[in-house]
Amino acid sequence: MSTIPEQLHYAASHEWIKVEGDTGTVGITDHAQQELSDVVFVDLPKVGAKIAAGAVVAVVESVKAASDIYSPVSGEVTEVNADLVKKPESVNSDPFGAAWLYKLKLSAPAELEALKDAAGYKAMIGE
Amino acid sequence: MSDPATLQKTALFDAHQKLGARLVEFGGWLMPVQYTGIVDEHKAVREAAGVFDISHMGEFFVSGPFAKSFLNGLLTNDVEKLEVGQGQYTLMLNEDEGGVIDDLIIYRRREEEYFLVVNAAKIDEDRAWIENELENPNGRGVLFSDRSSEYSALALQGPKALEIARAFLGAGWAEPKRNEITSYSWNCQEILTARTGYTGEDGIELFFSNEIAERFFLALLEAGKPFGLKPCGLGARDTLRLEACLPLNGNDLSSKRTPLEAGLGFFVSLTKEADFPGKAILQKQKSTGMNEKLVAFRLKDKGPPPRPHYCLYAGAECVGEVTSGAPSPTLGYGIGMGYVKSAYALPGTTLDVEVRGNRMPVEVVKKPFYKRAA
Repeated sequence: MSTIPEQLHYAASHEWIKVEGDTGTVGITDHAQQELSDVVFVDLPKVGAKIAAGAVVAVVESVKAASDIYSPVSGEVTEVNADLVKKPESVNSDPFGAAWLYKLKLSAPAELEALKDAAGYKAMIGE
Repeated sequence: MSDPATLQKTALFDAHQKLGARLVEFGGWLMPVQYTGIVDEHKAVREAAGVFDISHMGEFFVSGPFAKSFLNGLLTNDVEKLEVGQGQYTLMLNEDEGGVIDDLIIYRRREEEYFLVVNAAKIDEDRAWIENELENPNGRGVLFSDRSSEYSALALQGPKALEIARAFLGAGWAEPKRNEITSYSWNCQEILTARTGYTGEDGIELFFSNEIAERFFLALLEAGKPFGLKPCGLGARDTLRLEACLPLNGNDLSSKRTPLEAGLGFFVSLTKEADFPGKAILQKQKSTGMNEKLVAFRLKDKGPPPRPHYCLYAGAECVGEVTSGAPSPTLGYGIGMGYVKSAYALPGTTLDVEVRGNRMPVEVVKKPFYKRAA
């Protein structure tokens, strides 16, 4: 069983996005961190990078493997979570809070419609 | 992953599922990679104790009056050195290149009986190779049997491992010294207990029949609970052995690499009279020197862990390749082993490892990364 906050949008590849105006905050879900297990390193994008929806924007490394993170929407990266350099394990302990990965300015808000809501994500992961 | 239906399962499979293990394929077997988490299990072994299912490994018996000379003509280490009850790490090499077929531990169980524990993925290949060697004059009268399918096994490792073993097995257990093997009767079944391991900690490896495996495993977990004993999977087994710089056949060892290149000369006797496959090649290599050597290296700063097949650079030139790599839970930085051109093999040498297109500085260090307190 995993946590699936109501107010977020979800990608099929297990990223979540919280939208406030035209800014989005992106992270990975509780389900994803359970699958990955111990996260040891996070590779984040550069501030200013222009990302297309579905493109690899970050890498989350667990003990056994490196996993690509795909941006749920297109936009320009405005901030990255520097705390993850010192504490990559917070991805496991607080995937929806302290372990947000990056923030971006949305360039095509209509893309949000292609994402799932909490119920849709819950159904997708079979919980 | 192969069709799970075709993978082999140990006698502890049901127990693993009940314990909530995450299972993965390893060498044709469905094995636990973790239970509570790799880092958690790794720490348990370093601080208290962990128990690993190693039932997938192979168990061979070689016996008779000609067993000793046969084995000495087969394996790199000197079998003559073994008293009854003693074991040694050793290797089987191929004839053409002196490369490694398998690494194993051989124990002299009785005067004329030897017990060999081999890698799971190599059981069939090792057996076929030994059976082939038995056809030679050296093999006449030697009795060999592969009893892997009869045995289950556990590795109990950590600073509390011996205490747990004593509490569990009781006063009647003859505790083996380092590298020794003794046997014990548990519910009328023979348990072989060897003071060996693959984690860099003290510990015991236990071998017993499949019939009692689940009962034995669960009873051991129960007995070890007050000491902090945890079941541990292959994920932690890998990070633990890497910290101890113990090589893994298939990664750090291969049919194309000699044990001398791997830094295992201590386990190769070039002075023993017996000729073994690969001896001549190794003798030549010893005198001419090696082109490449297996080194241990660490990431200098925080960064992504090194992984197998990443390139190692000296300036613009790729001078080697990573064979094993992982984050070190004990040390807190990425560590790895890899073969590099001999000129770059000295501890203190700075190189770069390429991770996803980015180069990060690493430093060659003395082995091992971790050594337990005496």
